[in-house]
Amino acid sequence: MEANTIQQVNPGKTPRLSGKKKVKQPWMLHFMVLPAAVMVFIFSYIPMGGILMAFQDYKPKPGLLGSPWVGLKHFEYMWQNDYFLQITWNTLFFAGTKIIMNLIIPFFFALLLNEVRKMALKRTIQTLVYLPHFLSWVTLSGILIDMLAQTGLINQFISSVFGIKPIFFLGDGSWFRFTIIFSDVWKEFGFNMIIFLAALSGISPSLYEAAEVDGAGRWKQTIYITIPALIPIAIVVATLALGNVLNANFDQVFNLYSPLIYQQGDIIDTFVYREGLLSGQFSFATAVNLFKSAISLILIVISYRLAYRFAGYRIF
Amino acid sequence: MYHKTLSYRVFSVFNNVFLTLISVLCLLPLFHLLMVSLSSTAPANAGLVTFWPIGFTLEAYAKTFDNANFLSSLWVSVERTVLGTAMALVVNTIAAYALSKETHVFRARNIYLWYFVITMLFSGGLIPGYILILKLGLMDSLMALILPGLVAVFNIILLLNFFRTVPKDLEEAAFIDGAGHFRTFYSVYLPVSMPVLATVSLFIMVGHWNAYFDGIIYIKDASKLPLATFMQTIIVQADMSKLDPAAVANLSQRTIRASQIFISALPILLVYPFLQRYFVTGIVVGAVKE
Repeated sequence: MEANTIQQVNPGKTPRLSGKKKVKQPWMLHFMVLPAAVMVFIFSYIPMGGILMAFQDYKPKPGLLGSPWVGLKHFEYMWQNDYFLQITWNTLFFAGTKIIMNLIIPFFFALLLNEVRKMALKRTIQTLVYLPHFLSWVTLSGILIDMLAQTGLINQFISSVFGIKPIFFLGDGSWFRFTIIFSDVWKEFGFNMIIFLAALSGISPSLYEAAEVDGAGRWKQTIYITIPALIPIAIVVATLALGNVLNANFDQVFNLYSPLIYQQGDIIDTFVYREGLLSGQFSFATAVNLFKSAISLILIVISYRLAYRFAGYRIF
Repeated sequence: MYHKTLSYRVFSVFNNVFLTLISVLCLLPLFHLLMVSLSSTAPANAGLVTFWPIGFTLEAYAKTFDNANFLSSLWVSVERTVLGTAMALVVNTIAAYALSKETHVFRARNIYLWYFVITMLFSGGLIPGYILILKLGLMDSLMALILPGLVAVFNIILLLNFFRTVPKDLEEAAFIDGAGHFRTFYSVYLPVSMPVLATVSLFIMVGHWNAYFDGIIYIKDASKLPLATFMQTIIVQADMSKLDPAAVANLSQRTIRASQIFISALPILLVYPFLQRYFVTGIVVGAVKE
């Protein structure tokens, strides 16, 4: 059909399309995926095989094939270990609090930002609040360690305004927890707001016009139009966050914690690093990590199913 | 009109002031750090510097750039960021182009997609990854910092979702003109995909510049440490054992620490405003499903 049309339009030329739905160079598409596929095989799939060491007493010398098999020994040790329960709780506490705060605060910030009518001001605010997201936790913990020190800016401010003794933000367990949550929200709330701003810009102006005609003020418009329009996307974000309840942010904790506050501040990921790479307990660390990955996998699959079921969300 | 009412005007003023204060709060810590780095040693150590330099001097920066460890780390970071971003862009965009084709054009598409997505859901974890690098003999090499994270499935998905919004007519026109897939990708898809390419480049560049953990575990030679790892060992762990003693004396000064932190954050502060206008569109369009 198409080929015929071309022939009729350009009778002098031979059409290059020979068939109707001929697929062009399919081998080329395989060739284009190949580099990525090979890299993923080497650096993602081969390490997955290394998980077997969780069931061994792995030693680098004989390697995966020569190390003795020990069954569930490392998992049993893990369960009997009170400290493991503590770090699991710490991880859940950090991740859970962050998930809730990083949903609620960006939600309301986006609502407030939506009311800024001067475009230049709105842009400037956006630029500033997205910025901390792009700074690394190394940079930020460098700044935090300096600012939260006993003689640092924050403690000076506190003692001059409230007249109280310096607070050990990073050396006291409860304050450490507060610092972790607060600094994470400070870093990420702006970036997490983007998705809500996108949803806000998608609301049809005619809805507001109709509300205006009916005599609704801005408050009523927010309650009955804006917030209901944001709820579906908020539900998707909350559902997808379910897969992250064991991710308390290694980079942040690793760069701020110290042996002083391990009891309240240590998380699964930092524990795996210390046990595995510093103490050389390869198998035990891999077992702890496998436990975490397996639970996370189940949660991610559930969360994506829920998000698809209730909001039709798909990643591709 | 609601925005003409008195109550809304009052709200609007308070709202603007409140949001401005919050956004200033996002910049203030960095600004304070800059001021410390520009002050003299004595007032800085005494904690007198707040938001203005006291005894203005560039001495801390001069000393920082005099430090051989800092300079070599700076160079390693530039190398890994430039090379790593270039390699990742090539590998990820061509893969995303192929995967953006419909199943009837590229029959193995869904198989490949699941092959990639599985790695997003599950990984071998820290120890097997470390042992792999050890066995491949990549310890202390630049490739240990680039290859493991070369394929970022999240970026491939952003790119392919964007590529799918490119009108099919453009592609068909290119095919009729005799272009192959590579030519179509290069001459048709790339020029119209600037927002998503800028977004993905920003993510990869920032990721490379900020990455420190791979340096901790894969690099033992102090002269090959990337800057982020150098900063992490010096400032966060306060572990000087990897460095020569002559350099250590300078590092304990607060102003020098501040200047190093600021220099390491500077490239991001410089790149960010240029790419910022792209990334919101890039993320939003890339996340749109059919």
